[in-house]
Amino acid sequence: MFDVALKQFCDWLAATALSHTIQAVSWIIPTVQTIHILSVAVLFTAAVLVDLRVWRLLDRDVPVADVARRFLPPIWPIVLVLLITGSLLIIGEPRRSLLNSTFYLKMALLAVALALTAILQWSLSSAPKMPNKKAMWRVEQLAAAASILVWSGILFAGRWIAYTQAG
Amino acid sequence: MLQLFHDLIAFFEDSGLADNIRENDLLFPLIESIHVVAICLVVGSILFVDLRLLGLASVHRAVSRVASGILALTWTAFAVALASGGLLFISNATKYLANPYFVAKLLLIAAAGVNMMIFHGISAKDMTQWEDKARLPLRARLAGGLSILLWIAVVACGRWIGFTMQVH
Repeated sequence: MFDVALKQFCDWLAATALSHTIQAVSWIIPTVQTIHILSVAVLFTAAVLVDLRVWRLLDRDVPVADVARRFLPPIWPIVLVLLITGSLLIIGEPRRSLLNSTFYLKMALLAVALALTAILQWSLSSAPKMPNKKAMWRVEQLAAAASILVWSGILFAGRWIAYTQAG
Repeated sequence: MLQLFHDLIAFFEDSGLADNIRENDLLFPLIESIHVVAICLVVGSILFVDLRLLGLASVHRAVSRVASGILALTWTAFAVALASGGLLFISNATKYLANPYFVAKLLLIAAAGVNMMIFHGISAKDMTQWEDKARLPLRARLAGGLSILLWIAVVACGRWIGFTMQVH
């Protein structure tokens, strides 16, 4: 039932004028993918730099709150660019992702990664005011380690979409 | 000399390792995914340093401190990108070498390297005098701007290889 509706939605999307344009002009998809990957590069590096700082692996001369303030807020506008470029790619080839379980895994991981980013951003910027700093730091370390793993998982899933598409 | 190069390419391409990467359904995408993760860290971290050179980010920190905090990550990721890229390359070396986007990608990475060496070796000789300033001398801004453009082109070529070469 849901399957049929999803397939119909894909066919409808693929028949829109925008989808036709994306399919017909050969440079659009690689260009949008390039913008998508460059955005991923900046976002992923920003997240990893903060995560490594939480683990005291770099920039130890600056407070962790400063590093978080420098690198975490830019993640949100970049997510917007990723949603726009990602949507264009879906509109161009709806079945490639919407009928692909890897795509839904990627979106689920994205939700987790964004939650971790929000938690870290909130926790790191309010750290000095916290009464039980030691316990908080443990939570932050866990969140930072999970953040690296989950973002890496998103990049893996992104590449894997190309290998698991139906038909 | 050229013959030696071709023999060397053939040796790697015919190796059991290359054969495995070519034939195994999982190995190629796995190495490719590692390559993407590494490339993202290389490009992302270099972009942050470039934005500092351009005066667009981290302007309250000296250039050398921004760089030293990031470059360990850059070089580690670069080593992983090189190793994983090398493995992908030997699986279909002849086809890759015949692909103009692959050759362009290598040349662009080399150009980015030369740009970096010129900056460190010549332009940044008197860096201690200006590296604290938000707005840096023109030669530093040029190096940062050129680096950004080159790395964007590297990523674009990488993506275009996938559309102009059907190996899988």
